[in-house]
Amino acid sequence: MASAGAALKKAFFAAFVTFGLAFPIVALRTDANLSNQLVLTERWPLAFGLAGIALFGTLLLEMLGPAIRARTASKTAPSTAPPHPFLAYLPRLGLLLLLAFPFIATGIAAAGGPGVLKVMDNYGIQILIYVLLGWGLNIAVGLAGLLDLGYVAFYAVGAYSSALLAKTFGLSFWITLPLAGILAAFWGLLVGLPVLRLRGDYLAIVTLAFAEIVRLVLINWVPVTGGYAGISSIPKPSVLGYSLGSEPTGLAATLGLPRITFMYYLLLALALFTYWVTTRLRTLPVGRAWEAMREDEIACRSLGINTFKTKLSALAAGAFFGGLAGAFFATHQGFISPKSFEFMESAIIVAIVVLGGLGSMLGVAIAATVMIGGTELLRELDVLKAVFGGDFDPAQYRMLLFGLAMVMLMVWRPKGLIATREPTVRLTPEPRRGAPAAVAAE
Amino acid sequence: MDYFVQQLINGLTLGSIYGLIAIGYTMVYGIIGMVNFAHGDVFMLAAFIALILFLLLTQLLGIGSLGLALLIVLVLGMALTSLWGWVIERLAYRPLRGSFRLAPMISAIGMSIFLSNFVQVVQGPNNKTLEPILSNVINLPIGNGSATLAEKQLLIMVVTAVLLGVLWYVVRHTPLGRAQRACEQDRKMASLLGVDVDRTISITFIMGAALASVAGLLWMTYYGVVSFSDGFVPGVKAFTAAVLGGIGSLPGAVLGGLLIGLIETFWSAYFTIDYKDVAAFSILAIVLIFLPSGLLGRPDVEKV
Amino acid sequence: MRWLSEPLLAVDHLSMRFGGLVAVNDLSFTVGRGDITALIGPNGAGKTTVFNCITGFYKPTSGRLALAHGGTPDESAVALLTRSDKRRTHGASPELFLLERMADHAIAAEARVARTFQNIRLFPGMTVLENLIVAQHKTLMAASDFSLGGLLGLAKHRAAERKALELAKAWLEVVGLIDRADDPAGDLPYGAQRRLEIARAMCTNPVLLCLDEPAAGLNNRESAELTRLLRGIRQQTGVSILLIEHDMSVVMDISDHVIVIEYGVKIADGTANDVKCDPKVIAAYLGVDDEDVARATAGRAGP
Repeated sequence: MASAGAALKKAFFAAFVTFGLAFPIVALRTDANLSNQLVLTERWPLAFGLAGIALFGTLLLEMLGPAIRARTASKTAPSTAPPHPFLAYLPRLGLLLLLAFPFIATGIAAAGGPGVLKVMDNYGIQILIYVLLGWGLNIAVGLAGLLDLGYVAFYAVGAYSSALLAKTFGLSFWITLPLAGILAAFWGLLVGLPVLRLRGDYLAIVTLAFAEIVRLVLINWVPVTGGYAGISSIPKPSVLGYSLGSEPTGLAATLGLPRITFMYYLLLALALFTYWVTTRLRTLPVGRAWEAMREDEIACRSLGINTFKTKLSALAAGAFFGGLAGAFFATHQGFISPKSFEFMESAIIVAIVVLGGLGSMLGVAIAATVMIGGTELLRELDVLKAVFGGDFDPAQYRMLLFGLAMVMLMVWRPKGLIATREPTVRLTPEPRRGAPAAVAAE
Repeated sequence: MDYFVQQLINGLTLGSIYGLIAIGYTMVYGIIGMVNFAHGDVFMLAAFIALILFLLLTQLLGIGSLGLALLIVLVLGMALTSLWGWVIERLAYRPLRGSFRLAPMISAIGMSIFLSNFVQVVQGPNNKTLEPILSNVINLPIGNGSATLAEKQLLIMVVTAVLLGVLWYVVRHTPLGRAQRACEQDRKMASLLGVDVDRTISITFIMGAALASVAGLLWMTYYGVVSFSDGFVPGVKAFTAAVLGGIGSLPGAVLGGLLIGLIETFWSAYFTIDYKDVAAFSILAIVLIFLPSGLLGRPDVEKV
Repeated sequence: MRWLSEPLLAVDHLSMRFGGLVAVNDLSFTVGRGDITALIGPNGAGKTTVFNCITGFYKPTSGRLALAHGGTPDESAVALLTRSDKRRTHGASPELFLLERMADHAIAAEARVARTFQNIRLFPGMTVLENLIVAQHKTLMAASDFSLGGLLGLAKHRAAERKALELAKAWLEVVGLIDRADDPAGDLPYGAQRRLEIARAMCTNPVLLCLDEPAAGLNNRESAELTRLLRGIRQQTGVSILLIEHDMSVVMDISDHVIVIEYGVKIADGTANDVKCDPKVIAAYLGVDDEDVARATAGRAGP
């Protein structure tokens, strides 16, 4: 069979290439010996193993290839059909889940899972922060099409300014929170002013450079920022004298709830506020102008839209929510340092926005849950230890798999998980597939 | 004066390395308009490959001659890094060609995260420190004092200059270079005229990776330390250099690289080392505001 | 002859150079209020460059582009504004605008010059209706109190939004796309996209509508429909239309005034009939030798 021969040839080629890739970097490991000299450890079986995986993997793909191709081909037609009915209910379902999460976490803990605090912190709060950041950045990247690679800078500005305001002036969280947002938005304007007149691609590099500058200043301006040591014992928000924090004297603990509950609901409220503002802005002229600008900037200008101001507003609005997220992060952790504001964070947030589907709020939430929750979950999987041996540390592979997942998801769905766009205004009511109307007609 | 000359030498050495990396960015941007975010990590990977090959040759195979060992590392390292460049393009970028603008960039960011973590996993998180090589210095008398030029600095500048000469010849005077320039101008038209666009793009990635491999070897020789996280900062600086010189322009990338190297070195020498990167990035922003198309880039007329 | 008696836009000594290339060279013409004016010429004559100068996408190398709202200005008023460093008058009647000093979006928003593009530029991912709502950005933005009022859902903004929707609907009826209002604009067939682009430009409420090859890529039936559409638009709104077109049947059919340029220089200017018989125009289009043109012109100008 000719195709089998070709598949075999392809598989051997893949194996050969894999071996070439693995040859020095995997097969030979460098380690310092006792006298601090580098020596090589040979690990040939590992390199051959990888090549073997490539061989059989390619063979398998070649055999299943036609089936996969047939399936993807039918998907390429542009979808104007209404989204799957499940998607319409997903936001409500998600909201319900989010509201009930502290109780679910208690359940998980009671069922013998990790502790409530851990579940709430690692999953609930961790994911929600990224959802919030993703929704904020979504304004700039998803709606306005401005690639901001330095979003973490606004997050940092929010965190540091709220922490410093709280610690030096003793301001309450309820005042530092909006101030953090406003200051971040102000920095958004400041960065945008010089670069938004330039070609689009430059925005990416200048925002990236800006974020690096912010991080370096945070590291080096020790008298104010504390340098690498950062700022600690940032006060928790309080209501009527009761702290919302997770200390034993906090409100939640007093009420007998999981101690982190109120921080979680505070974050949820912030996220819902962001959701509300963003969906609202989308239907306003400024939001429509953002989307129009993403589609065709020149056409926008021909319709009298000042694209410079419109871009500035998108950057500043996105930065505002980054600032809010930063303020929450600071008060929740009680400690901040430059370590939390590295480029990797920006990359993760951009990835969440793009993987979710540009402009889709729901997509961003799903992407954040999958990417952040998934990598958090990896930490837990002790099962893998049993498979790969005792010294296998799944956490080590967390970011490796994160990067790989980014590439694969992008190749699989270049337009993101949710590629359908909901119009901001309709002339006729939305057609629903399998919606109640159709049921009633029967 | 001698101090100044010394800093000039140091700056040019560092700048040469940045320039070599910057070429990879600028060539890929020129041909497919994409910021290849993973390029910095390809450079880091190349430094590791160079380190391992060097150890393999000197320790396991017992090659005594340093020059011979470095030459083999150079050639073999270029081949192996090129293979990585080719595979990355083939798997992570080619399927996204013609897709919307941000898709390949996100894929590249993912690839960058993957590469640095991959190296961390297979080689361990520690810094890899090599005993210094080629550290003999040549004394250059200047006025009352003197400046020193280490052998490795000389090596870096010479290798960079030779490679740039070769590259310039390839791009200007060979059918391959012509195909590359054609693809830069109009990919569709080039393909209609019989240029194999996919192949040309692949070769561009391979060339970028090969140059990054040389940069990696030189970096390893110069500093004697590599770590899995070394891709990001030099990568960003090299990209800054490419933009500074005018993205898409080969001489621009080299000029930008040298300038960034010099700015960084002089800033550390005369002001404070803490803010050297801030200086480099700030200058990028300032140049972009006053010279939007970089130092040697072509101004682009907006097509309406 | 409204372009002489009642000019809306006066182009004076317009030149545009790109490096060494002179795309438009010392070009002067006027566009009459309420006229349909056609700018024609062989490929590469500089027609689109003239459009880009009028709509602010290019800054002309030299020359003046004076536009007046609501009446014909005195020579002296234009001269006065030209000498000042201002872009426009405020509250004068007629209101004067010097387009060469204005940014592209300001030309669309303040001077009310709308345009379409040779390669259609819709917002393909947005719906047909949204395309028309975006075009009313300026009015809606003001009504939303720069988003703050809109965010709170104030009545003023909701009323403005309803009005914008009505206007969009009206234009969708005119161009016959009301049934496709909720479809992505990119999904429309080519001819419909052209009509949508015209409707979108009209939603900005322009005094001058500039159409860059509106009939390009249309078949005969569609071209005829386009002619009807443009006539209808002019009749309903009184908008002046300036168009670039290669389809001579369209040009000769609807134009009150035709300007012919070649190599960036005006070679003829007059009614469709005048231009049709002009030997220089014929030569430009058919590629006759220069001597023939000289002889023909001499013959006509002779006794």
